[in-house]
Amino acid sequence: MSHSEGTPKDVLVYAEYIEGKVHPVTYELLSKGRELANKLGGSLISVIIGYGSSKYSEDLIWSGADKVFTYEFDEDVKPDVLLHKDVLVNLINEIKPKIVLFGATPWGRALAPRVAAALKTGLTADCLDIYIDDNGDVIQVRPAFTGNIIAHIKTITTPVMATIRYKVFKPLGKDKSRKGQVILRKISKDHLVSRERPFEVLGKVKEKEVNIADAEIIVAGGRGLKRKEDLKMLEELANLLGGVVGVSRPLVDSGWCSKDRQVGFSGNIVKPKIYIACGISGSPQHLAGMKDSKVIISINIDPSAPIIRYSDLAVVGDLYEIVPKLIEELKKLRR
Amino acid sequence: MRIIVLIKPTPNIEKVRFDIERGVVDRSSAELEINPFDLHAIEAAVRIKERFGGTVISLSMAPPNAVNALRDAIARGVDRAILLSDKRFAGADTLATSYTLASAIRKLGSFDLIICGEKSVDGDTGQVGPEVAELLGIPHASYVVEVKEVSKNSITVVSDLGNAYYLVRLKLPALISVTKEVNVPRKPKLKDVLRARKAKIEVWDADTLKDVIDVNRIGLKGSATRVVKAYYALEKGRRGIIVKGDEGVQKILEVLKSEGVI
Repeated sequence: MSHSEGTPKDVLVYAEYIEGKVHPVTYELLSKGRELANKLGGSLISVIIGYGSSKYSEDLIWSGADKVFTYEFDEDVKPDVLLHKDVLVNLINEIKPKIVLFGATPWGRALAPRVAAALKTGLTADCLDIYIDDNGDVIQVRPAFTGNIIAHIKTITTPVMATIRYKVFKPLGKDKSRKGQVILRKISKDHLVSRERPFEVLGKVKEKEVNIADAEIIVAGGRGLKRKEDLKMLEELANLLGGVVGVSRPLVDSGWCSKDRQVGFSGNIVKPKIYIACGISGSPQHLAGMKDSKVIISINIDPSAPIIRYSDLAVVGDLYEIVPKLIEELKKLRR
Repeated sequence: MRIIVLIKPTPNIEKVRFDIERGVVDRSSAELEINPFDLHAIEAAVRIKERFGGTVISLSMAPPNAVNALRDAIARGVDRAILLSDKRFAGADTLATSYTLASAIRKLGSFDLIICGEKSVDGDTGQVGPEVAELLGIPHASYVVEVKEVSKNSITVVSDLGNAYYLVRLKLPALISVTKEVNVPRKPKLKDVLRARKAKIEVWDADTLKDVIDVNRIGLKGSATRVVKAYYALEKGRRGIIVKGDEGVQKILEVLKSEGVI
C-alpha cells in the first residue's frame, strides 16, 4: 500500500496558500489531479503550507484529495519562496509522486522552477491541458511563441511537473462526505525565526487595483479610444454588466491605466465568460491574453482588423456611437 | 558590482512566419534580436552600473547568428557579451538551458547580481531565471516591477507575488527577473551603435565549459522534456457573425441575454 515503493503513480497538487487565502486555481488542479490519479491507479495527494493552513485540510479532501500534508506554522511569517521550496523538495523525495501540479500564477511560476531544478526534473509552463496517452506517457499541452503555437510536451523524468493556467479546469465542487487522511506537520517557531533569510518579504506595497484574471465579464479598450477620459464610458458599460475594465498594452504604455488591467502576453492572461473588445485591433500579443474567453464580442471601425476573425460577434462601427447606445439600452432594461 | 544579464536572442514575433501545415516556426523568416523583455533587464543592469560602478556581462545561449543581437546589447551598455553556441547545446529545454547557463556563470567566477526578463516571446516559460538561481543556490525574486534599493550586500525590489505587490529584500548574490514595467529602455546612441559594430562577441562552446559541465546534462540529451507535436494555434479564429452599426447594439444585447448576463 505504500506509495514510496514501486512505480510512482500518485498525483501531488500544491495548494497555493498565501496570507490566509487559498487561490481558486487549487480546486481546479484537484479536479484535474483526481482524473489523472484515477487513470494512473494512484492517490491524489495535496500539500498546503503556512500559518493557519490546517483550517483548509478538510476542504482539500472535500475537493478531491485522498490525502493532505499540512505544514502548519507556529507563527505567522511573510510569504517565503525558499521555505516552500524546501518543504516541497523534501516531501516529493519522501512520497515520490508521478505528477506534481502547480497553478501558473505569479507565485506558482516563481516557485515551481526552483523545485524542478532542485529535483533535476522537467517542468512545463502555463499548461492548458495535461493527459495520459495510450503509451502511458504524461503529455502536457501548452502555448508557445506568444500563443501562436500549441505544443504537446512529454516529460521523460520523474516526477512530471507542470504549472497549469488558471480557469482551464472546472473544480469538482465540495463533497463534505468525502473522507481522506490528513497528515499534520508543524513547523516550529524556532525554525521559522532562526532561519537565514536570503529572500525576505519586508511588507506589502500595494494590493492589485483589480484581479482581472478573476473577472467573468471584461470590457476592454484599445487604441481606438481617443482620450484617457473615454475609459469612463467603458467603465460605465462594465459596471452595468457587473464586469471590470481591461485594456490593451498601448494604453498602459501611454500611462492611461495600471498594468493590473492589461490584457495580453506581457500583461494578464484572462478567460472570462464575456470579453468585449472596444477599439482593439487584436495584435498577436493581445490575442494571446484573451483568445480563450468563452464569448468574444468586438467593436471595431476597421473591418480588416484581426480581432474580427477571433470574435463570436464582431460589430463593425464606431465605438463612440455603439458603446453609448449600448449603455442607454442597458439602462432602459434596468428601469 | 559585477552584474550578469541573461539575454535570449529570439525571432521578432511580429515578423516571424509560421509553417501552418507543420506547426513549426520558419526561423529563417526573421532575424534574431534581443527578446523584448530582456531589453528591460539590460536597462536595469546599466542603471545599477551607472550608480555603483562595475561591469555588466551578458550571457546568451543561441545559434551563431545571434551575434548581431548581442552587438545591440553592447550598444545598450553591456560591457562584455558572451554567446554559448555549440551543436551540443541544441535542443535544450529549460532544465538543460538553466544548467548550461549556470555552469557558464560558475566559470565566470564571482558576481553580485543576475538580471533577466520575466519570460521570452518564443518559449513563453519564464522558468530559466528561477532555475538558474536554484542551480547556483542563490535567492531570486520574479516579476520585479521596481528596483528600490541596492547596497553592497542586498537588493530591495517590488515583486508581484500574485495577490499583491510586495517589498522583497534579497541577499546578494541574487537573481531578479523583471517585467516591462521596471523601466523604459533607452534607445542606443549612434556612437554606441558604431562602437558595438566593432565589439568582440566571445563565443564559448562546450569545450570551453568542460571543467564545469557534465555533457550528459546539456542539449537534448540533458533535457527532461520532449516536444511530441506542435500546431499553429491562431489559424482558424472563430469567424462568428459580423454586423454593422446599430444592428450591432441589438446583437450584443441578444448575446448578453443568451449568456444570462442581463
